[in-house]
Amino acid sequence: MKITIRNISAILGSCLLLLFVGCNQNGNGSGALGSDIAQRVYVAPGEHDEFYAFVSGGFSGQLSVYGLPSGRLFRVIPVFSVDAEKAYGFNEETKPMLNTSHGFIPWDDAHHPDLSQTNGELDGRWVFINGNNTPRIARISLSTFETEEIIELPNSAGNHSSSFVTENTEYVVAGTRFSVPVPQADIPIDEYKGKFKGAMSFISVDQETGHMDLSFQIMMPGFNYDLAHPGRGKSHGWMFFSTYNTEEANSLLEVNASQNDKDFIAAINWKKAEELIEAGEFDVMPSEYAHNVYDESTHSATSTIKRQVRVLDPSKHPGLVYFLPTPKSPHGCDVDPSGEYIIGSGKLAAALTAHSFTKMLDAIENEKFDGEAYGIPILNYDDVVAGVVQQAGLGPLHTEFDANGNAYTTFFISSEVVKWKLGTWEVLDRQPTYYSVGHLMIPGGNSRKPFGKYVLAMNKITKDRYLPTGPELTQSAQLYDISGDKMELLLDFPTVGEPHYAAGIPADLVKPRQTKIYRLEDNNHPYAVKNERDTRVERNGREVHIYMTTIRSHFAPDNIEGIKVGDKVYFHVTNLEQDYDVPHGISMIGANTSELLIMPGQTETFIWEPKKVGVWPFYCTDFCSALHQEMQGYVRVSPRNSNIQLKWSLDGD
Amino acid sequence: MKKSRLIMVLSALLLLPLFVLPIWNITLEAPQYPDAIGMDIHINKFEDANPNDIKNINIMNHYVGMKDIPETIPEFGIFPKVILAMVALGLIAALIGKRRLYVAWFVVMVALGSAGMYDFYLWEYDYGHNLKENAAMKFTTPDGEPMAYQPPLIGSKVILNFKAISMPRGGAYLMFLGMGLSLAAFYIAKKEESHEADLAVA
Repeated sequence: MKITIRNISAILGSCLLLLFVGCNQNGNGSGALGSDIAQRVYVAPGEHDEFYAFVSGGFSGQLSVYGLPSGRLFRVIPVFSVDAEKAYGFNEETKPMLNTSHGFIPWDDAHHPDLSQTNGELDGRWVFINGNNTPRIARISLSTFETEEIIELPNSAGNHSSSFVTENTEYVVAGTRFSVPVPQADIPIDEYKGKFKGAMSFISVDQETGHMDLSFQIMMPGFNYDLAHPGRGKSHGWMFFSTYNTEEANSLLEVNASQNDKDFIAAINWKKAEELIEAGEFDVMPSEYAHNVYDESTHSATSTIKRQVRVLDPSKHPGLVYFLPTPKSPHGCDVDPSGEYIIGSGKLAAALTAHSFTKMLDAIENEKFDGEAYGIPILNYDDVVAGVVQQAGLGPLHTEFDANGNAYTTFFISSEVVKWKLGTWEVLDRQPTYYSVGHLMIPGGNSRKPFGKYVLAMNKITKDRYLPTGPELTQSAQLYDISGDKMELLLDFPTVGEPHYAAGIPADLVKPRQTKIYRLEDNNHPYAVKNERDTRVERNGREVHIYMTTIRSHFAPDNIEGIKVGDKVYFHVTNLEQDYDVPHGISMIGANTSELLIMPGQTETFIWEPKKVGVWPFYCTDFCSALHQEMQGYVRVSPRNSNIQLKWSLDGD
Repeated sequence: MKKSRLIMVLSALLLLPLFVLPIWNITLEAPQYPDAIGMDIHINKFEDANPNDIKNINIMNHYVGMKDIPETIPEFGIFPKVILAMVALGLIAALIGKRRLYVAWFVVMVALGSAGMYDFYLWEYDYGHNLKENAAMKFTTPDGEPMAYQPPLIGSKVILNFKAISMPRGGAYLMFLGMGLSLAAFYIAKKEESHEADLAVA
């Protein structure tokens, strides 16, 4: 009997096992038992991720760097917001980076990173990103992972349809979400219609240095320009912007800007614009905007205010701009890798509209117009539409592409990613997101050559998905494997700030470019010292300049006397190290600023204005070596009227 | 010209690469140095294996009281002259064409090489033992003796968290080849002489 029972339980056990195995096969790879998902995102200790993901921080103003598929955070690159950890915007060298025509601004809202390209393919040189609030575009080096340049955009407001890079990085293009009076003027707000304009900025990029220059602006009607993408391949030379509020409402936009059945995608022929600029057919408009450049050799930024901009009026130049009617306040405006399809995501609709570039050219040639707006021809909707993806979901926002003719669109309201086919417009698959997804990113998804292995979906809301942290919860990104017919959710990880949008690139395109140290002999900082013999302290009235060095594990000098209350003391600190990953930090008690974090071969400066008599210590803030705790020094502060002379030393010398 | 003479010429000339290639190398490996750091020793200078390596070795070693690797040493004035003299002597030997001179050249080379190695050992000993009194870290061996940090003369050795590897480099290998060839020249010359003697008899 016992044997029988044992047998029965054994049989039952095997049945259960079968049930589980069966589940595995039918369960679509979900659940821990049912798959090898953990392995597919596991990057073993010491191994490297396959992709870099540059994820914007949204309202944090920064750009964070993650690895995919692991979702590990490597670095937060300060761009538009001060960062005390790295002294960005705190040290004297980087303060000019955040200068604008409105003065120093310590914050912005960073939205759309985009990577440099050559021949429509990612090249790993730079990543660009826009500041939404006080319109700016930044360029970040992928050798140093530092913000090297920021240019302010005049005549613009709500710099949202930015920053998108043309296929040879000829331009970084920036639109304006909020139209404003151009030039700015003291007029009643309800005179919006006709008086407000939207400036589309074309910023040229020097291919050697990356230096940006606001080449020209196209002054468009006063709509809201929401998102943009450049043409590529056959449509290279064109730029496409989605619009809403073609109603030109100036109040309660949630209702008043949602009345038109169709808004537009604006198609701008920038090659034509270049010809007009070349031919001198532009107006020069006085304006004021800051151009800030960080120089790697002086380790310092400079800010220059520029005073004019070249402007093109599309109503005066036929052939420069056309409007493609697109249903219901289109948000995303995405171009497929071939350059043929321009996808408008009507965010108040359930459908996606794909315009055909070929049909657009044909409609232009045969003047198939359906009226005009402010002198800009409106093409006939039926003559430009290639297809519509029907009932794909609710609230479509953004689309990216793989290399196999598939498109992936996010739906905010129905919280899902939908895979569909270009050309047949059929829905192939859908996967939920958690929750309220905004952008999504496929590495290279904005180029002619997408790396269609993963899609990263970025969510606005997480509710119950993670351990709760009070009323403010993390936002998140979710990684899906898209290498098969069906998408599979692999990973879900919290992000810094709002992961508004991201740009991804194979790590192999970036790793070989890394700067490991700054060569000391190339340091042209005006206050650099290259060896301990030259360290010194100089007084110039109430200003005191300390030329200091760091090397494991001491400062030179580390004893300073003769400072007086009311002095303005500049610590110019050069890190003499020339070894990889050996930064030193420094901070001074009572200094009204952040620490410095100085890379090998670099010089940085902070200001200390001592208010109290005494002997005050400073120390190394970055754990540099076994004797890090010994890396400290003292400054003696005497009363204003004292006669103590300046004196400095290291170990009594 | 006889084959043996040509070989002797070659063996003398094989010392000349020493003016370009390093004769020796010391490399330090540790987990936190994924790219090992090292120093190439030439007959007239110390050189970074990779940029800044000597500076970084000095920074590391100062914690245990080791002195900096000097910019130059007296040997760097002597070695090039000795090498040039040995090239000249080798060529003269080949010119005279006496096989005893070939083996004599070889013997002098071995003697000079041994002297050089002994000199190197003395320097290494001093570098590893003669430590500053005020070193931040003073380690002792299990039997309580002050720890020494002398790199191996040849081969590898674990010193604290580092593995120190000391090995000949290109210049030395070519020199060894040259020395071997001088012996070969000796034997070939011997054969040539007996062959000539046979011919003479015939």
